[in-house]
Amino acid sequence: MTRPRDCTVSLIMLLAAVVSIAGVPAAVRAAEPIAATAPAAVPPAVADQAPPGDQAPARDQGMAALLAQLPEASYADKRTLIGHLTALRDPRVRGVLKAMLDGNLYVRSSDGRVLIAVPPGEGQGDSTDNQLRLLDPLTAAAAGTAAAEDLSTIGVNNQLRKVLRVALAQFDLASPDTAVRLAAVKEMLRALDTDGQTVLRERIKQETDAGVKREIQVGLALADLDAPDAATRLGAVRALSGSLNPDVYNRLSAMVQPSSDGSYGESDPEVRAAAKADLHSIERSRTFYAAIQTILYGLSQGSVLVLAAIGLAITFGVMGVINMAHGELMMLGAYTTYVVQLLMPQHIGASILVAIPLAFLVSGLAGIAIERGIVRHLYGRPLETLLATFGVSLILQQAVRDIFSANNRPVETPEWLAGSLQINEVLAITYNRLYIIVFTFALFLVLLAVLKRTRLGLEVRAVSQNRAMAKAMGVRTEWVDALTFGLGSGIAGVAGVALSQLTNVGPNLGQSYIVDSFMVVVFGGVGNLWGTEVGGNALGVVNKLLEPYSGAVLAKIFVLVFLILFIQRRPRGLFPQKGRAADG
Amino acid sequence: MTKSSAQYGSRLTAALQADRGGRLFLGTLIVVSAIVPLLNLLPSPASALHLSNYTVTLIGKYMTYAMLAIAVDLIWGYCGILSLGHGAFFALGGYAMGMYLMRQIGTRGVYGNPILPDFMVFLNWKELPWFWEGFNAFPYALLMIVLVPGMLALVFGFLAFRSRVSGVYLSIITQALTYALMLAFFRNDMGFGGNNGFTDFKDILGFSLQSSATRITLFLVTALSLGACYVLCRLIIASRAGRVIQAIRDAENRARFIGYRVESYKLWLFVLSAVLSGIAGALYVPQVGIINPSEFSPANSIEIVIWVAIGGRGTLYGAVVGAFLVNYAKTYFTDALPSMWLYALGTLFVVVTLFLPRGVVGAISGREFFRRRALRT
Repeated sequence: MTRPRDCTVSLIMLLAAVVSIAGVPAAVRAAEPIAATAPAAVPPAVADQAPPGDQAPARDQGMAALLAQLPEASYADKRTLIGHLTALRDPRVRGVLKAMLDGNLYVRSSDGRVLIAVPPGEGQGDSTDNQLRLLDPLTAAAAGTAAAEDLSTIGVNNQLRKVLRVALAQFDLASPDTAVRLAAVKEMLRALDTDGQTVLRERIKQETDAGVKREIQVGLALADLDAPDAATRLGAVRALSGSLNPDVYNRLSAMVQPSSDGSYGESDPEVRAAAKADLHSIERSRTFYAAIQTILYGLSQGSVLVLAAIGLAITFGVMGVINMAHGELMMLGAYTTYVVQLLMPQHIGASILVAIPLAFLVSGLAGIAIERGIVRHLYGRPLETLLATFGVSLILQQAVRDIFSANNRPVETPEWLAGSLQINEVLAITYNRLYIIVFTFALFLVLLAVLKRTRLGLEVRAVSQNRAMAKAMGVRTEWVDALTFGLGSGIAGVAGVALSQLTNVGPNLGQSYIVDSFMVVVFGGVGNLWGTEVGGNALGVVNKLLEPYSGAVLAKIFVLVFLILFIQRRPRGLFPQKGRAADG
Repeated sequence: MTKSSAQYGSRLTAALQADRGGRLFLGTLIVVSAIVPLLNLLPSPASALHLSNYTVTLIGKYMTYAMLAIAVDLIWGYCGILSLGHGAFFALGGYAMGMYLMRQIGTRGVYGNPILPDFMVFLNWKELPWFWEGFNAFPYALLMIVLVPGMLALVFGFLAFRSRVSGVYLSIITQALTYALMLAFFRNDMGFGGNNGFTDFKDILGFSLQSSATRITLFLVTALSLGACYVLCRLIIASRAGRVIQAIRDAENRARFIGYRVESYKLWLFVLSAVLSGIAGALYVPQVGIINPSEFSPANSIEIVIWVAIGGRGTLYGAVVGAFLVNYAKTYFTDALPSMWLYALGTLFVVVTLFLPRGVVGAISGREFFRRRALRT
């Protein structure tokens, strides 16, 4: 920001010293003419340019004079001084104001100079003996160190802090960074006075970014709503058309709302009509975005269902095996995530990525063990399989309780999953919801590819359609059974990793999903991966659509009852399998 | 229907003559229901022969479980309908009884409201919901104990059997049914006490539930019901209709093609089983003294099935044996080795399905009886 101007440094320091000794009255006289002319004469854009060389001494003099008044000024005077300082449009002022806001602007008791202290911890300041490193506000040159006792802070109160923030925002308006400019505009709009309006009106002429421009327009139009002139108000109302800012909605509503004595907040009927039209269109787009939000939330909830069900779609749907321990295999995946995070606490961000393949392995191996040990002996007896695997699920739950305790385990969310994507003022979606939708769909595609495009997939389908024939053709059916079961179980483990980011990781994690996931598979159509994907998402959206009317629990009950009735109507699900496979 | 009671009597004799296990069970039941009250009432509490009230209630509880197991065995063992939601009917019967008992508390509740149960006062309700009307009368409560589970089973079964939902699919939707009911009963504004359910009962028909005499009476009523339930199911199985039902289990399509209305047989058997479960639940609540929505949990219903499987499916008395064995083991383990119980239960599930497909009863006796009938699931 500051360029070295060695030739003037000594002069400035000399002047500053002179002024501070000369006392307040002289300095005020020196400062006032500059302050009065500055806003009109100097456009805000020069704030990011160095002041022209020939004016530099005068400018420095003014700044120094203003700074010198700070220590003695009352809060009200400080406010005026901040206004004057801002009006200088000097980039160095920003540093001063920032320091003042942060409580880092000090007066040195020995010579009364105003100095910026570098907060301890920054640079190589020796904070052990309570020495603060000092900078000169005009030159940014080091001005030695001083003990805290030798300095007194230039105090600020809450009102001043507000003024300071707005003043800082005016500087930030010139920043090349769009995000900084947007934040600055928002800060200024929080307390917009006529000066601020002038600055913004200047700024909008050169603003290139559409988002920032829109923000300024809305802010200015909101201010214009108070204009005495009906034409200005009308223009403002027109400019506000389509804005989703909640302030706009509130202001416009207030304008068209009749008060108790029949008068309106807005006296001019034409403006009122325009405001009504605006309100109407705002409400329409609000409804639209609310619908999008519901659908996105529904899809993310549906994706959780699909995640829980998609492994089951393999074991139950393709193999016809009822695996009641499916939920516990997801639980194993979630606990794998927990263990991975315990092992690499420094890399929470990467832990999820490590946990995914690991969970696939853990749950997949557990699945193969279940298949080899139990399910294999019960093929063709689905109800017995159901009972035996339920036994396995009880054992796994208790094992987890004994190893990890019965309480829920904390699984951390990596930073890249936290936060939310703000699409506009009324539509925001959290990243974990967004990722779960994407992740589920990716998993679904991978699984689909494995089943349709690989040798294993071909053999799995062959065995599920006609076991004897597949065997006769040389397919090692036992091997295929184990691998298929392992694949479905491994997918459950991967789903568990995703669920660990959404729900509590505890011994009951699996049980809470088992009924839902079976319903999803049956609803979508057994043996049909697409059915599971579509069915799960549809159920999630329906659930979210019902929720505002009935509450979450009742919505879930309705969905369950709907499913029970649906299966009565179409026992083979949404997308029944055609051909011989459906005969079973 | 002009058959005389003598004819029924001869049928019963005939049915029991072919049922050695049943005779054994009924004999044991008579002996137990004679000895337990005597041992509870006669010896002094210090005596070694004395049975505590706790033990009496415990045996009474097991007997209600045994009734429930018989109801499940009736449809699973003889008709191949595996319901994973029978806990729901049990709990509904229990809730109906609980509502009667709640109304009997009257002004003795914490809030002393003569009409509203405590939890409603707590939730700031002003008047009794319509479905609570009438539950202050015992006959009405009895009617509901039968009607509510029966009607639910009728509607559910009608829809399910008509569209020929069977096998695993039926199991899954019965599970969904009990799951949905559990969620519903957990809600506070359903008017069933939310997750606390009903408890703190005072008396039944004017007799205090704490007194020994009432407990013994309840015990005897339960024993009588269990015996009656067993005899009823045995009669049904031994009848012509019972044969059709078993035919449906073994070859549903063939039975249908011969001309039997498979759906009707299944439906009324299902309803009967639900009603028996409801009665068992109604007997359970006054003895145990609490009913809450966890009775609806799907895991509970699956546990009932394992009682039947362990005891021996398709024998009726096997269900009783299973219910007693598993629940005694549960009582023992949860007291002595709490963390081992789920391991034990889980292992039971696995071992029984893999190695004891005919259950304990089948393993001990009557091998030829089972060999003739290839049970199909």
